[in-house]
Amino acid sequence: MPVNSAGLVAKTIAVYAKDVRLEFRNRYATSVVLMFAITTLAMISFSIGQGSLAPRLLAALFWIALFFSAMAGLSAAFVREEESGTALALRLKADPTAVYLGKLLFNLTLLSLVTVVVTPLFFVMTDAATDQIGAFVVVLLLGVIGLCAATTLVGAIISKAAVKGALFSVLSFPILITLLLMLVAATARVLDGQSFGGILMELQGLFAYSVVMITASLMLFRFVWRE
Amino acid sequence: MAGVSSTHRVYIATMYRLSASELTKRFGSRKVFSGITFDVMTGEVLAIVGPNGSGKSTLLMTILGELRPSKGTVVFADDRGVLTEADVQRTTSLVSPYLNLYDSLSGEENLVFFSQVAGAQITGKEVNALLERVGLEGRGPDLVRAYSSGMKQRLKYALALMNEPQYLFLDEPTSNLDESGKKIVYDIVEEYREKAVVVIATNEQEDQRFASQFCRLGS
Repeated sequence: MPVNSAGLVAKTIAVYAKDVRLEFRNRYATSVVLMFAITTLAMISFSIGQGSLAPRLLAALFWIALFFSAMAGLSAAFVREEESGTALALRLKADPTAVYLGKLLFNLTLLSLVTVVVTPLFFVMTDAATDQIGAFVVVLLLGVIGLCAATTLVGAIISKAAVKGALFSVLSFPILITLLLMLVAATARVLDGQSFGGILMELQGLFAYSVVMITASLMLFRFVWRE
Repeated sequence: MAGVSSTHRVYIATMYRLSASELTKRFGSRKVFSGITFDVMTGEVLAIVGPNGSGKSTLLMTILGELRPSKGTVVFADDRGVLTEADVQRTTSLVSPYLNLYDSLSGEENLVFFSQVAGAQITGKEVNALLERVGLEGRGPDLVRAYSSGMKQRLKYALALMNEPQYLFLDEPTSNLDESGKKIVYDIVEEYREKAVVVIATNEQEDQRFASQFCRLGS
């Protein structure tokens, strides 16, 4: 079989397409993440009742729902490989960078899907409202990228451990706390009616966070994957 | 080149080498094996033999870099020198009970996926040829979860042969296979002993007849 110069992009797409195909056939992560997000939102809605909450509290509840949904499902991309015994074949045949990027893309797709479902529900089930849709979408986008950048690497680290769920949360918490604080602050300001100008600092911080996490993950993943 | 006409070129195959020196593996205080040293080249077959639990699979995984040795070194090299990690990945194949393929993909999809992530592009004709080689003709479109254990083992051989490996590692090579499956495996070993470094971890006497060197564990 001739080996051509298929680059990193083609290999990454191959890993991503394989994960999407497996997810489409098994619904391994989608169902868990979606159910978790919707259940959490329902709990929040019932707890609030007819009451009204401050924007900062609403923002915190929104990101808590997405954070725990991410905790429930985003480690699956690597855990599934280890549990089904396919990680060995992947390690022997695939470029580690392509594996990381493919899994990151898959997690981005999954969390974006959840966000698309959860966000309208959140606005319907609470009294949250904003006319700064553009700023809200940018915060969401940076939040999803940041969450996925951090949890993809942590998912790879914990995939070989015996107590995966607990370890995933424990390892993710210190990495994600900075991100969550910035996300809650930015979202609260947007819900309070501030436009891009009012959340510029947070947006810069969120962007820098994602760049740092993805760069660090690309540098570290080879060692995490091989060990 | 003196003595060779311009219309005839002489191709000299690259010789590949696998060496291990004083290889030792411990899990905590338990020593699995120690002082393993060998040197095999293209055209040779190394048989790793020993009773159950003696560390045959652990040694294979240590050679392949899946486990870090407690002591000692493993070197993959060719005529030009030590191979890079990418070269080792490109030239190595493994068939093992610990290596599973994707159950929710078909046999064909598995082969295409692994060729893509290896940076190659396998054609439908090549997929069919590989499946036919291992006796799975006509079963390529079926999901692997519908395969029997013997069929899964055959598919692992199709995957292993896909990159025409220079290093072929076989862990319990005939497990789960019927007589025709075993014949296919022995034909593969017969072929690759001429053009690759073959390492077989086994207890089966019949598998050991190909060996030119032995590495005995647990003795």
